[in-house]
Amino acid sequence: MGLESKLEVPYLTTTMDTVINWGRKYSMWPLPFGTACCAIEFMGVVSSRYDISRFGAELVRFSPRQADLMLVMGTVTQKMAPVLKQIYDQMPDPKWVISMGACASSGGFYDNYSVVQGIDELIPVDVYVAGCPPRPENVLGAVAKLQEKISREKAAAWR
Amino acid sequence: MEQSEIAARLIAHLGEDKVLASGEHSDQHWVTVAPGDLRSALQFMTEDADVSVDMLTDLGGVDYLDYGDDRPWRFEVAYQLSSLAKNHRFRVKVAVTDEETEVPSVWDLFGVANWMEREVFDLYGIGFTDHPNLRRILCHDDFVGYALRKDYPINKRQKLTRPIESLLTDKPEWA
Amino acid sequence: MGSDLPPIPTERLVVNIGPSHPVTHGTLRIQVELDGETITRSACEIGYLHRGFEKQAESVFYEHVIPYAERLNYMGPCHNSNAWCHAVEQLMDIEVPARGQALRVITSEMSRIIDHCVCIGTNLVDLGGLTNFWYLYNYREKIYDLFEELTGARMMVNYPRIGGVSMDIPEGWDKKLRGVMADMEGVLADVMGLVERNRIFVDRTTGVCAIDQKTALSHGMTGPCLRATGIAYDVRHAQPYWGYDTYDWEVPVRSNGDTYDRVLLRFDEMEQSRRLVLQALDGLPEGPFILDDPKITLPPKDLVYNTMEGLIRHFKLVMHGVSPDRGEVYSATEGGNGELGFYIVSDGSPKAWRVRIRPPCFANYSAFPKMVNGSMIADLVAGLGSVNVIAGELDR
Repeated sequence: MGLESKLEVPYLTTTMDTVINWGRKYSMWPLPFGTACCAIEFMGVVSSRYDISRFGAELVRFSPRQADLMLVMGTVTQKMAPVLKQIYDQMPDPKWVISMGACASSGGFYDNYSVVQGIDELIPVDVYVAGCPPRPENVLGAVAKLQEKISREKAAAWR
Repeated sequence: MEQSEIAARLIAHLGEDKVLASGEHSDQHWVTVAPGDLRSALQFMTEDADVSVDMLTDLGGVDYLDYGDDRPWRFEVAYQLSSLAKNHRFRVKVAVTDEETEVPSVWDLFGVANWMEREVFDLYGIGFTDHPNLRRILCHDDFVGYALRKDYPINKRQKLTRPIESLLTDKPEWA
Repeated sequence: MGSDLPPIPTERLVVNIGPSHPVTHGTLRIQVELDGETITRSACEIGYLHRGFEKQAESVFYEHVIPYAERLNYMGPCHNSNAWCHAVEQLMDIEVPARGQALRVITSEMSRIIDHCVCIGTNLVDLGGLTNFWYLYNYREKIYDLFEELTGARMMVNYPRIGGVSMDIPEGWDKKLRGVMADMEGVLADVMGLVERNRIFVDRTTGVCAIDQKTALSHGMTGPCLRATGIAYDVRHAQPYWGYDTYDWEVPVRSNGDTYDRVLLRFDEMEQSRRLVLQALDGLPEGPFILDDPKITLPPKDLVYNTMEGLIRHFKLVMHGVSPDRGEVYSATEGGNGELGFYIVSDGSPKAWRVRIRPPCFANYSAFPKMVNGSMIADLVAGLGSVNVIAGELDR
């Protein structure tokens, strides 16, 4: 948005930022890129007890074209790495990535020939969640942290 | 039927000179044969009325490099056989001398051997003759080397950097 | 006039399903060749979750393999580590005390129940029945609460040890467990009521992805997939361990080998698991829950902090591990999907020489192309969920 250049009143764009970010953070549509055990814990996050729907992220969309939050859950192996990159590239902006669990964040305790030691070797990550698997509350905390991060963004940064 | 009896029957069928080794641990018996005798051993196990093996439960390779005993072969492929009808198990092992020795495939006797032999090939590099589709199954297709061999370092990572288009258009291995 | 027209070119379409796909429940890739809507050939590709378990197990101590083993079948984790400890105990020819065995039966059957909850729930979600997913997942959360009270962790509990289990049940836990088992009746009634005679479910699953006994045996199928074809083979019944022959239970079996039978068989198995858990609780023997052998098991903490011998025993076991004699063993138990086997070769050192896992899903899934040829993609979706392929176990 080139509004900043046209208007001389900056408070208008910051208000717009607030509104846009408010919309984005409270209606994130997750893409569950679940590979292993953490995906099962994510199913627990989505189900009735630890409802992620109250954070606005209920509509899981398996198509990257329709999602904006990619949750990488589980170990990413060397064979799966190109697939992860492809799915990330297919997501339109704005997009965020939460790396759930020890395996996605750093390879976990699989330090061997076939496991990628952290998905940040492949794609940029916004929030890392520790745990093996993380408790559902951890995941909800990560979503809340990401919402805070989004509210500090400049909406124009996603051009 | 006791596993020791099964071992005795199998050795009697093959002949003492064909048996490279036999052993027992924790009440489980096994017989080791050369690759050339594998098919006749497995066929006997399935056809004999008292042994009556009906399932190949497992097929796995082992690398004995630097194991510290006097066996003259490097690899073994262990076939865990079960008879559901008679409720007993047995193990037949094939001694694979080195990387070049090939083992006859048994995929026509047991359908599951198709994938299991591919896995042994992928992780150990042991070739299986007459296998319809001997390709890697667990590691990616650009992997060089055989991961479970004792001389493959555990941390030697091999990235798959081909663009995804080439991976998606790879010819499928039709079953 | 008609014969002058060139023939209509036809081409069979190859559709790629996965490896990132909601229906594959993990990282499976299936390529199907379609003639219209019918699948003529299919190719299943695995290995997208190959985490190098077998190589890793060769580089750590026997006890350290317990958390790795747990992450094999991550739907019902505690059974895998129970099975691993059982394999090492068979290798070393040691026996777990009676209380430890009963606790293993209880935790393994609880794992089986939660495994089936997720399998049925996600299978029904693929068919469009989302309600059952919430019901079954809620029930799974209750069992998670029990695991959490017992061990501190919900999923990856790290409960068994070589020679027994790591801790005893807390005060009041058995009452809570009985309560949760009593709840199962209500949950199963709710879910079955929505599913068993539901027109849509019956039409979508009867006769779909059926397999006959001969092909199933040839492909080494075990577990619910085999029992749905009519062969009543269950490792707990055929070669009992942990006292399964002292309990009163049946091996559930159905006859058609199609998706309907596989799903309903899992309900039957949950009921049998409930019976086993209650019987194990009723007959829970007093006594130690772990072997007391200085070379194998850790001493109780008060001995570690107050006696020299306890301290040294703890130190030696933590730093040097257990060292079984040279030998090899193949140990099989009945996991949620079928016969889970461990083939261990030891060389006398504290690290295993070779660990080979016989995954039940591998054998079950190797028959999948045969099950799916001739059906439609929607049938593939229904069948794949019922086979319950868990990539952690399949690819290790």
